[in-house]
This record gives sequence, C-alpha cells and structure tokens, in this order.
Amino acid sequence: MEAHIVSNAVVGVLLVGLAALVVGVRRSRLWSDAFREIWVRRRGAICVIALYLTVALLDSIAWVGGMADGKDAVARHQAQSLIDRLFVDSQERSYSAPLAAHEFYGGAPLERPGSHLLGTDLIGRDVFYLSLKGARVALLIGGLTSLLAIPLALLFGVPAGYFGGRLDDVVFFVMSTLASMPGLLLLIALIMVLGKSTLAICFALAVTGWVGFCRVARGETLKLRELEYVSAARALGVSESRILLRHILPNLMHLVIITFVLMFSGLVLSEAILSWLGIGVDGSWGQMIDQARNELSRDPVVWWNVAAAGAALFGLILSVNFVGDALRDTLDPRTIREAE
Amino acid sequence: MSALLEVEGLTTTFPGRDGPLPIVDGNDLRVERGEVLALVGESGCGKSMTALSLMRLVPKPGKIVAGRVMLGGRNLLELPVKEMRAVRGRRVAMIFQEPMTSLNPVIRVGDQVVEAIRLHESVSRSQARARCLELFGEVGIPDPEARLDAYPHQLSGGLKQRVMIAMALSARPDLLIADEPTTALDVTIQAQIVRLLQDLQRRTGMSILLITHDLGIVNELSDRVAVMYAGRIIEVGTRPEIFRAAAHPYTQGLLRSNPVLATRGERLPEIAGVVPSPESWSEACRFATRCSRRFEPCLGEVPTATFVGDGHWAACHALAGESSEGGEP
Amino acid sequence: MLAYLVRRLTYGVGVVFGVLLFLFVLFFTVTSPDDVARKALGERVPPAVIEQWKANHGYDQPLFPGPGAWTENMLFEHYRRMLTFDFGRSDADDTPIAQRIRSGMMPSLTLTLPLFGLSLLTAIPLALLVAFFRETYIDRLGVVISVLAMSVSILLYIIGAQYVVGRLLHWFPISGFDSDPQLIVRFLALPLLVGVLAGIGGDVRFYRTVFLEESNTDYVRTARAKGCGEGRIMARHVFRNSLIPLLTRIILAIPFLFMGSLLLESFFGIPGLGAITVDAIQGNDFSVLRTMVYIGSLLFVFGQIVTDLSYGLVDPRVRLE
Repeated sequence: MEAHIVSNAVVGVLLVGLAALVVGVRRSRLWSDAFREIWVRRRGAICVIALYLTVALLDSIAWVGGMADGKDAVARHQAQSLIDRLFVDSQERSYSAPLAAHEFYGGAPLERPGSHLLGTDLIGRDVFYLSLKGARVALLIGGLTSLLAIPLALLFGVPAGYFGGRLDDVVFFVMSTLASMPGLLLLIALIMVLGKSTLAICFALAVTGWVGFCRVARGETLKLRELEYVSAARALGVSESRILLRHILPNLMHLVIITFVLMFSGLVLSEAILSWLGIGVDGSWGQMIDQARNELSRDPVVWWNVAAAGAALFGLILSVNFVGDALRDTLDPRTIREAE
Repeated sequence: MSALLEVEGLTTTFPGRDGPLPIVDGNDLRVERGEVLALVGESGCGKSMTALSLMRLVPKPGKIVAGRVMLGGRNLLELPVKEMRAVRGRRVAMIFQEPMTSLNPVIRVGDQVVEAIRLHESVSRSQARARCLELFGEVGIPDPEARLDAYPHQLSGGLKQRVMIAMALSARPDLLIADEPTTALDVTIQAQIVRLLQDLQRRTGMSILLITHDLGIVNELSDRVAVMYAGRIIEVGTRPEIFRAAAHPYTQGLLRSNPVLATRGERLPEIAGVVPSPESWSEACRFATRCSRRFEPCLGEVPTATFVGDGHWAACHALAGESSEGGEP
Repeated sequence: MLAYLVRRLTYGVGVVFGVLLFLFVLFFTVTSPDDVARKALGERVPPAVIEQWKANHGYDQPLFPGPGAWTENMLFEHYRRMLTFDFGRSDADDTPIAQRIRSGMMPSLTLTLPLFGLSLLTAIPLALLVAFFRETYIDRLGVVISVLAMSVSILLYIIGAQYVVGRLLHWFPISGFDSDPQLIVRFLALPLLVGVLAGIGGDVRFYRTVFLEESNTDYVRTARAKGCGEGRIMARHVFRNSLIPLLTRIILAIPFLFMGSLLLESFFGIPGLGAITVDAIQGNDFSVLRTMVYIGSLLFVFGQIVTDLSYGLVDPRVRLE
C-alpha cells in the first residue's frame, strides 16, 4: 500500500480515537471536572497545542493528483498533503531573507519575490513551509514513541507489581539493567544498530523511555493491590485478570496521562539532540537547527532558518510543559490540598 | 477576672471556584483561665482551621480575613510576625492529631524538645536537656533517659503523643490547643492520654482548647462545650447543660447518634444527610437542609444567638421563635 | 551491614552482567561482526578481506559457545575482555580504546566537575528562595521562568551563547582547549555558561518540589507551633529531610561526570570522552560506543550502591540489612 494511504488511515483512526476519548471524558464526572479546571488554567497553551495538532493533521492528509499544471512536474504524480498544496511552486534557488525580493547572496531576483514569509534556506526551500512540516514530525516522534513505551511499561509494570514474586524480580532486574546504561548513549547505540528510520528512532526512544514509567506503574500497582476494595474483590472470587482490568488499570489512567504529556516534551527535545548528532528524523526542527551551525558563521548571518525552527520547537515544548504542569497539579493526588 | 482568650468574628477563607470560601465564618469564642473548652463537630466543619487560625498557622492559600484574637490584652492577629513567634509555644502551645507525622523523623525526639525549650528560654543545652528529662517524666514516658536519644520511628504512637505533649508543655503555656489528640491512637492508649491531659491540666492550671468529634472525651474532660457546624459555632454551653439540655437540633442529633449515650437495644438514630461541602454553604442556616424542625425563616437568613440558660446559647430560628412567643427577655 | 553490602554488590554484579548481555545482543547478533566489517571497509569487498579484518580486530570466533569451543567464542571473549578492562582496538582507526579513554577522562572532568558544582550552587539556593516565598508572586515567577528555561532546546543555548558571547561580544573564544590552566578558564567559560543555563530550569523546579513537599509536612507545622522562625525551619527541618531525595539525584549524577558531556564537548572542541563518543557515532565505531556504554553503567551501578549506603547516614529510619 502507498505510504500516504497508510498515513491517511492512521489519521482517521487517531481522530476516531480522539472522539471516543472526548465522549469518555464527558461521561465521567471526575475526568470532565479535572479537564475543565485545566482548560480554565491553561487555555492559551491548549490552544497553541491545538494549532500544532491542526497543522500536523493537515500535513498528514495527502492524495495524488488534483494539482494545477505548475512548474513542478514531479509533484503532480506524488501524493501531496494539504500543506504541500499550499506551498506549491515555492522553490527558489538559494537563501533569501524573509519577504525579500532578491537572493540573499548575489542578489539575483527571486521566482516569487516577497512571498516567502520566513525566507528560504540553502537550497531555496520556503522556511515557513519547512517549519509547518516540522510539526507533523515532532508529533509523530512524541506520539508514536509514547504509544510504544506506555503500553510496554503497563504490560510489565502492572503484573510485576500485582503478582510480585519471581515475575517482579525478573521485571525489576530488566529495569535495573536498562536504567543503569547512560540514556543518551543507549539511545545512540540502539539507533546505530537498528538504522536511522523514523520507526527505528521511535523504537529506540521507547526502549530508553519506558523504564521510568514502568517503575511508577509498578509502584502504584503495589499500593493499589493493598487497598481494601481490591482485597474485597479478590475475596469475592473475582478473577485476577478482571481485577487488573477493572480495578487496577483505571486507577493508573491519571498517571498515564501525566506521563504521556511530560514524556512528550522530553522526546521531542531528545530528537533535536539526535539530529545534532546526525542521527535524527528527516524534516525535524532539530535538523533545521543543526544546519544553523554553519549558517550563523556565514557573513552576513543567515538567522531566519534557526529562528523559525527554534521558535516552532520552543512554542510546542513550552505549551506542552505548561499543560503537563497543570495536569500534574490537578490529577496527582499527592499535591491535592487538604481542605481541613 | 477577664477571660484568658477572647475571639471575636474570626473569619478564615480558602479560595474556591467562585471566590473565597469562609471555612471559619465569623466565630466568637471565649476560653476562661483554667478551664477546658471542647470544640465539637463533624470532620470538615472547620474545627481544626479555627485552631490553626488562633495560632496564625493557617496553611496557604488559606487566609484569616477578619476578627480579633485577644490574649493577655493583645490582638494576636495584629502582632508582628516576630512577636507572634514568641507567643507560639510560650503562651499558646498546640498538639496535633497525627503523632506519627508531627515529629521530625530525622531529629532525635530529645533534641526536638530541647529546641522548643531553647526557643523561649535562654538556657544552656545541658540545662534544657535536664528539663526535657523532667518533662518526659511528667508526661509518663517510661525510661525517659533512653528515650531522649530515640528517633520518632523508634517510639509507639502513644509515646510519640506524650513527647508532643512534653514539647507543648516545655515553656509552660497558658493555653494548650489539643487538635484531636487521641483520634489516631488505639482505644486503650486514648484513655491514657485523656487521663494524662486531665492530670496535667489540674496540676498546672493551664487552659485547654480541646478539639474533637468524640463526645466520650468531651464528657470526660471538658468544662464547657462549643458546637460547630459548617464553619459556624452554633451552640455554646457548660458540659452538663449541653449533655442534659442541648438546644440546637444539630447538637441534639449529635448526642442522640452517639452510641455511648444512647439507650440500649434501640436503633441508633442518625442525622439524615451529610455535612454540605463549603461550596454549597448558604447564607441562611446551614443545618436547614438536614433539620427536622425546619420552617420558613431557616432558608432565608442567618439565625442569631438565643440564650436558653446561663451562658448557654444556640443559633436556631426555632429557638428564637419560641423565646419571642414565650415573651422571655 | 556487611551482609547488606555483600548482597548489594552481588546484585550490582548481576546488573553489569545483564548490561553486557544486552550489549552482546545489540553489537554481535543484531549487527554481526560481518556488518561491522562491511561498514568499515565498504559494501563490495571480497569475503577474504572481511575475514582478514575480523581476524585483525578479534571478531574471528563463532558467536556462541558450542562443543569444543566453550571458551573460544565471541560471547565468552566479550565478557572476558570487558570484565578485565581489555577493550581492544577501535573498529575505525585501530587506536587502543583504553588509551583514548584515559586521555579523554581529564578534559571531561575539567568541564563536568565545575559545571556540576556551579549548577548545584546556583540551583539549590534559588530553589530554597523560591520555596521560601511559596504561594507568592516570586514563587509563581520562579516557576514560570524555570519552565521557560526548560523548554528551550540545549542546541539553542549552544548556538545562542556561541553567537552572542563569542561572536558579537568577543568575550571568550568560541571553542578550543588547552592544558595551560590560565587558558583553560577562558576556553571553559562558554561551555560552563551554556551547561548551567541549560540545566537550571529543570533543577530549580525539581529542588523546589522537594523543598515544598517537605515544607507541607506535619512536623514543619509542629515546628511553627512551637515558635520556630521560617529561616530556621528551612535550614534545620526542611533541608535535613530534603537531603534524602537530593542525595539520590546528586550522587547518581557523579558517575556521569566521568563520561563528559556529548554536546558541549563536541561543540566546544573539548577533547573529552563525550567528544570521543560523538566521533565514534560519526565514524560508525561500534567498539568504542559499546565500551562507553559499559563504563557508564559500571559507574552508575557503583553510584547506586553508594547512594543506598548514604541513605543509612542521612535517614535514621533506614537500616541497612
């Protein structure tokens, strides 16, 4: 199957999942109250995240054909996303400053003068276009990795905490082993061995990232196991798997959400570091910043590329961090203030 | 002789969804010298916050917004922070519900008491230690010499509470605020602590403000009783008056539902419903929603105090109606 | 105590064996020595050349133990070499790895030790200050600034500092290293600045949470009730209890000081272990990379044992049994 069809399908599935989540949250008094509070506290940050999400979604829906007969003949026969279609024929030959009419070095006239909001890069690509496309890459890295790491952590952490014994020993040993290797080095080693595809990088990030949450999930399960209603369920003869699914897992959901959000920003920042080391994901903001090493030493300086990528990265991470903070304050019982 | 502590219109608020919530709502309270005043109510009614407000120890984001707390001719609420610190522990001391967590886990208990002594008296470390030993003996800690160097986790709950009491007594305060001092302890230990408090009060002549929801302890220890409901004190009277002739429907319900005081063999009556949460506290009588004697005015305005005996009053519209019909002053 | 130490050490050895197994799977089975040879020599070399390369680099034995080869196999060799610190030669340029590590250790430490000290000395007082003013605007401002600082990628700090301080203001050299102590200070200024800036947001926020958690405890309320001043409470009651979570973070960071900083070293031209690792990444030098991972986890396991022992010193509730 063509890549863009898979991508469209994934977007569809994600949207359906999101809708189901919203319905679920609205049904539950506890969750809808919590989210209303976060909405009130972090309206701005949530709107910014929604903006990034929208851009990423628009860049994920792609199809072939339907392009006007432009200069770029190849593009007509490839799948083009909505974002791609907005920037058709925006290619120049080299650097140009934001909204400039001429090339930055040499001063040759541009194909489309004044149309490049954030200028163009070394090979003449529109920087605004590249920055928008980075949103999809960032969300893909954060989302895909979390989707791998969190279930993995639950799969190992919850049974280990619940059943204890030999199983717990094994899981705990595996966690100690993975945690003892320096995170960044392990990440690099995995990527070098597994290759530099997006999936491999996300997998490597997941392998290094799941241990932290696994430890939390295990600890919380240990606590929940001792609670009276779990003992009561066990005394009533409810099966172990049912207790795990009905009583333990739902009580870990708030930790899952907090972890997801807090992990997300860490992952996107890690990818930027990997890009810097030359093993990042293609098209990420990290790669744009990586290029800036040479651009800032040019004379006169090419600043718009790094500024655009840096601002885009900062905006996403900052809003996610703010929302993550609010989520932790609201959902984590340890910080809930006592009324009396 | 004037009262030791006189509280007027004390109001403490916590931020809520729609503005500040008065967890302690304009309360008056008087503690005489040498008496034990019990402040009674269900959990969540603001008893502990009242106590902490007196000490100006309301946890953030709570705030004392109005009132006066007069002790020895000075308003504690207006004292500079430094002078207030000299009051804490020295004039007014406090013990808490949770002896398990109220002592610093990484400091030896003797050192914690020594710290309390040396905060208020300029004595040498060894003098303070000797005094601490004395105090340990007074509060009935067996083998006090060895306990001085123990860490809190090495002591039982009852012993920890005794250490807390020793610490509270270290500067010979005029008033001891005991916030649920026995709730977290085993029943047998509870009785011991109650007896100890009683004994110490008689020996030193200090006043005690006893905060509790346990009517058994109130009956044993207190001289007078103040009953609190949803942020407000709704009835005050001497212990015999309250237990014999409670006037407020809430106090009556509270007494009826107590197993110790109930008639054997009968089903224990209960007060219908639950304490409303601060968000839904009304500007009328807050007990109205659960009250069997509710009538028109109860939902409209705040009931004022009606005297029903010597130093015995209750805030209830039904009482106000009776007394005006009867033509009493 | 002794029994505890023995048990703890045994577990640590177990973890190191686990790490070595993981590294073997990664670097010998997922990527076989043949793959490594091809990466070093190119895709289209005759098998004989590959065999020759493998023999030169000590990869010429069967991977797993079999009859008659219980010790003559890569798995055994891998464990033997690593455990005896016989790291062999680099896959890429044939230099002895042990020698490179020895030469890289000092430059790394000259960067990381001051960085570590400076970070602690700035972050902990700032966090105490912010925690002292909890629930005021100073606190809220402190948290917002921390989150802002955390949200900037370290890459931007590096680029920004190098551009502004090094190129516009000409205060310090942009990169380089020297063994002359007087010059070192000038070369280290910029990476130290970047390192402290990049870490301070997260550090202040972490320490603030720890201090706040301790200042909301019942025993702090007791201390206030007996008339303790806020300063004394912070210094005597809160700080002493905070030592337990603080120690975990601090002691566990110490082993990594030896490993250097990948980004700072490679970018500012400091020839430490971090820079060596980055070279290894760029040169597909698997042998150096796996040695670095191994040394890192050795140091981590050691640090963890020290941390556990230190709990017994600061927390009277902990008994090492």
